[in-house]
Amino acid sequence: MTKSSFQIGELLIVELEHFQQLLDALWNRDFAVYGPTVKDMAIVHDEVKAVYDFPIGWTDEQEAAHYQLKKTGNGALFNYVVGPHTWKKYLFPPKVSLWEAKKEGALFEILPDKSSPPKMAFIGIRACDLSAIMIQDNIFTKGDYKDSIYLRNRKNNFILAVNCTKSGGGCFCISMGTGPKATKGFDLALTEIIDDKRHYFLFEVGSELGGEILSQVTTQAAGETEKQTVEKAINQAKNQMGRALDTRGIKELLYDNSEHPRWDDVASRCLTCGNCTMVCPTCFCSNIEDYTDLTGKLANRQRRWDSCFTLEHSYIHGGSVRSSVKARYRQWLTHKFASWIDQFGTSGCVGCGRCITWCPSGIDVTEEIKEIRRSVKVSTAV
Amino acid sequence: MGNRRKPRLAVWKFASCDGCQLSLLDCEDELLAVAGEVEIANFPEASRAIIGRSYDISLVEGSITTPHDAERIHKVRRASGILITIGACATSGGIQALRNFKDVKEFTSIVYASPQYIETLNKSTPITDHISVDFQLNGCPINKYQLVEVLSAYLNGRKPNIPSYSTCIECKLKGNVCVMVAHGTPCLGPVTHAGCGSICPAYNRGCYGCFGPKETPNTAALSWQWKKLGINDENLVRAFRGFNANADAFRKESEAHEK
Repeated sequence: MTKSSFQIGELLIVELEHFQQLLDALWNRDFAVYGPTVKDMAIVHDEVKAVYDFPIGWTDEQEAAHYQLKKTGNGALFNYVVGPHTWKKYLFPPKVSLWEAKKEGALFEILPDKSSPPKMAFIGIRACDLSAIMIQDNIFTKGDYKDSIYLRNRKNNFILAVNCTKSGGGCFCISMGTGPKATKGFDLALTEIIDDKRHYFLFEVGSELGGEILSQVTTQAAGETEKQTVEKAINQAKNQMGRALDTRGIKELLYDNSEHPRWDDVASRCLTCGNCTMVCPTCFCSNIEDYTDLTGKLANRQRRWDSCFTLEHSYIHGGSVRSSVKARYRQWLTHKFASWIDQFGTSGCVGCGRCITWCPSGIDVTEEIKEIRRSVKVSTAV
Repeated sequence: MGNRRKPRLAVWKFASCDGCQLSLLDCEDELLAVAGEVEIANFPEASRAIIGRSYDISLVEGSITTPHDAERIHKVRRASGILITIGACATSGGIQALRNFKDVKEFTSIVYASPQYIETLNKSTPITDHISVDFQLNGCPINKYQLVEVLSAYLNGRKPNIPSYSTCIECKLKGNVCVMVAHGTPCLGPVTHAGCGSICPAYNRGCYGCFGPKETPNTAALSWQWKKLGINDENLVRAFRGFNANADAFRKESEAHEK
């Protein structure tokens, strides 16, 4: 079945053998296509040209401070949850040059930026990560201070979301209300189904562009059985959540307990290595560094990811405001789960669980918050 | 600016392997630019010519291990404007600081036929134990890009961009997969100063801590995790007793695991 375009909300089936057509359609439209691929025994985001670039038959096992790829035996393309990379590496790059200047006598000249805005397609964004992108959209593109780099990178995107049919050990998207099904913000969303006879994808059209792209792929209308199978598969992910977080009154809970002894306890385990902030899909802090060459004739201002776990992050005249580990951990957790709500109107956490998996010390945010809540309940009961 | 004399640069060697000074010669493309901006006035490894007796910028390599060097470092300080220590030896005492955990007299009695002629100190100590230092560049060896960055910063009166955060941040900026979490490989990255460009993790090896302790290193918490990966006390002592064995945090952690 081919058609000039599909309507938003339409549901269509694509068989595995036709999945390549989708990638080709995107590359033919000059998108650089990024998606999941296996590198160094993890599923990372990188350029994908063909279906065989995908992590076919791989799944991930995750726990606090533990990540392991395993072979499943089936040929699924998306049978994993989220890996060490986030999509922010494309939209809010780890390092970026803000401007370059050249000295001419007593004057200087800003060198023109000759690069053209990228056109990027993202394949396999999970519902939690899609929410994270919307959180960063809120930070970088709304209000008085807009980030021109983010806007430029975000402008020509194609998003293919993937609904989760399994959850990982660190997952708690249900608690944060972000998944496991993508509900908005995508051009296309798919659910992958493998049964005894077939390997197919149920696509949902989310935008005009999505409808156009999908019209270049061999599709068929989705039947009731297929729709029900997909519902069931997504429900399976809901029932497998590795973690849970009670978010009721979480802002007040954290604000009221800034001197709770649990902060000292977590400080004894925290390495202040910054891994949690680097793998967090919503963490948006950056630092500005000015460089010159040896002659002083060329200057370059660069922006790179920063972390509130470094001393420099809170360095002002006289020293770091948050010199203790306790202060830094408390700042991060309280910002993410409480003051973010005051600042941006939503939680800063999407429940992807990366900070739990990739913390070399195995610190679990859900456990830390649970402990504070538990002791508060106990003390009010007494 | 035009007629002002170029700043004079000197390179000094104490107990060391010369690898860090070689990083300067190893600058290749940037070396000509360095030579264009400073007068390399005292650098025995590169040239026998010695110009003048005072220097605007001194790079000091090596640790203090002899009574003679303990005196000489004060002369270097007096002859220098800005003094930058380069490398693990100068900043923490180097691999030769392994002697700090043992009896040096016993070593000399075994190694030398006439140990009475050997004049050596009981401990190998970093330069900061003896004089005040303007900037310290970590690493075994130092990273040549960091060296050029520090020189550029001093020549242009700006702050050097040498972050003291963990090697993990460097890994994450590069997109490396964490070897400790994903492969179960013990890695010193979470307590180690950034600067090398996280070379070892990029090749699926754990970090060896060549750049010494980062700011606020929680070595005890990392040891706890290493034990979960099956590393015993003996090997924890070895891990923390590398090129930066005498750096405070690493020394204390290795001693904590020594029975």
